[in-house]
Amino acid sequence: MTRILTRAALVLLAVLIAAYVLLPILVIFPMSVSENGFMAFPPEGFTWDWYRSLSTDPTWFASAGQSLTVALASAALSVVLGTLAALALVRGRFPFRRLALLAMLSPLIVPYVIVGLAVYIAFLKVGLTETPLGFVLVHTCLGVPYVMINVSAGLVSVDRRLEMASMNLGAGPVSTFMRVTLPAILPNVLAGALFAFITSWDEVVVAIFLSGPGMTTLPVKMWSGIRVEIDPTLAAVSSLLLLVLIGTFLLTGLARGIQRLLARRSSVNLDHSGV
Amino acid sequence: MTATLTPTEAAPSGPTEGRRDGALRGRLTFDRWGLLALPLLVFLLVVFIAPLAFLIASSVTDPTLGLDNYRKIFTESVYLRVLVNTFTVALTVTAVTLALAYPYAYLMTIATPRWRALLTLIILVPFWTSILVRSFALVLLLRDTGVLNSIAMSAGAIDEPVPLLRTMTGVVFGMVQIALPFAVLPMYATMRTIDRRLLDAAQGMGDRPSGAFWRVFVPLSMPGVAAGLILTFIQALGYYITPALLGGPKNTMIGELIVQQVSTVLQFGFAAALAVILLGTTFVLLAITSKFMNLERMLMGRS
Repeated sequence: MTRILTRAALVLLAVLIAAYVLLPILVIFPMSVSENGFMAFPPEGFTWDWYRSLSTDPTWFASAGQSLTVALASAALSVVLGTLAALALVRGRFPFRRLALLAMLSPLIVPYVIVGLAVYIAFLKVGLTETPLGFVLVHTCLGVPYVMINVSAGLVSVDRRLEMASMNLGAGPVSTFMRVTLPAILPNVLAGALFAFITSWDEVVVAIFLSGPGMTTLPVKMWSGIRVEIDPTLAAVSSLLLLVLIGTFLLTGLARGIQRLLARRSSVNLDHSGV
Repeated sequence: MTATLTPTEAAPSGPTEGRRDGALRGRLTFDRWGLLALPLLVFLLVVFIAPLAFLIASSVTDPTLGLDNYRKIFTESVYLRVLVNTFTVALTVTAVTLALAYPYAYLMTIATPRWRALLTLIILVPFWTSILVRSFALVLLLRDTGVLNSIAMSAGAIDEPVPLLRTMTGVVFGMVQIALPFAVLPMYATMRTIDRRLLDAAQGMGDRPSGAFWRVFVPLSMPGVAAGLILTFIQALGYYITPALLGGPKNTMIGELIVQQVSTVLQFGFAAALAVILLGTTFVLLAITSKFMNLERMLMGRS
């Protein structure tokens, strides 16, 4: 009897937590189509006006474009630097290993406010604030640990005999990496790239320090909007962002499904992960 | 750093190769794989570590050489109150997160795979959604004209809106949501490895189910709990966005003070000193943690 009661209490708690986590987000869309401009609850009527006013405001597009550029560039740079470092971590030896690993993971530990302040002071001196390059450099630091973690996890289970076979058959180290190792760790690389992309795309604290009239990323534009005055356009932007997120998830899910299908159909099935 | 290439060979050497070298030379040797760490290390050194080092230095040199900035923090009550506030809020957030995350993680361990997948998906929502979208949603929820107050008023539970925004309640409400995935996942990772037969054994030897749970399961789950709590606490110390949006002037945390010092009064040295205190606290906590926990594994296994 107590067992059933305990279980019931646990389930109730889980339902409450689910509501706590999901409800705030579910409120956003109804608010974004409410006719009430003061965003009072409950929403009244139905209108696309706020989306329309969003589409006529070029500053939102400019910010979104800048965020996208920065996120893509820093994800790409993170993938290159992080994959190389993962190879070194899993297979190589280098001096001060623990210290080096701590340095590589430190962007996960240091609070973003401190990163922002430090980088702001440094970038002021070299004129990198309010520039895409400045944003890309910092966001790469923040995203690279995720690539490293994901790719390291993948590398551990790569069958080294396949690489040796490739080398014995005359392929050079680079060609072996591109044709044998990289395909094997591709899912991990993509997962790391996705993490790095989202880290940059969502990053606001460091961006607040580096933004200005010359350059404002989307999160910073939203931040100043929320701080100054809540208006329904923000609800429209938030809804669109959620839509993009859901789309990304569906696409990755789809990609994974296709990958599985292809893997099943290919005759040379070298999958040894036990799945 | 000296980069010495080991003699080339067809197959790259494993980590065991080169042990025969002298201890010091061995320690300073890069093999060919090891060299691949250099681009990232150099990059981080220039873009990340050098600015941090400069920041730490400027806390004792800007505006004048000495510890004036630190003296100011620890002697003026305005700033002391911010420090106390920061720890109070972080501790409260950690406590509330523990109370919610532990039973949730436990439910995940006893659920069927399908339900477990759903529970995982739900708890990861705060992790994936933009912090600004979530903060915006919480503002809509907690405002005087917001969702919670409107519902409570139309239900007749209250006559006037209860202030939730710009209060400590609001800050904790927002921060716990962000902290939940970071607490639940390490807890679940540990609980999953606990051998359920131990609980059966305890009951077989006459303990009640609740006794078996508290005396066997809870102690075994402690490493995951500690990891989750320390991650939560460290993150909570450095939050900026949530307290700035949901908290009032009375709940100023150290992150907000740092931004204020830079953006409104341009006191870089003072802001740097505050940052050093926050950074120092973070690393001391991590150092203590690393005494009884594998920090590398904890961080590497986070995603």
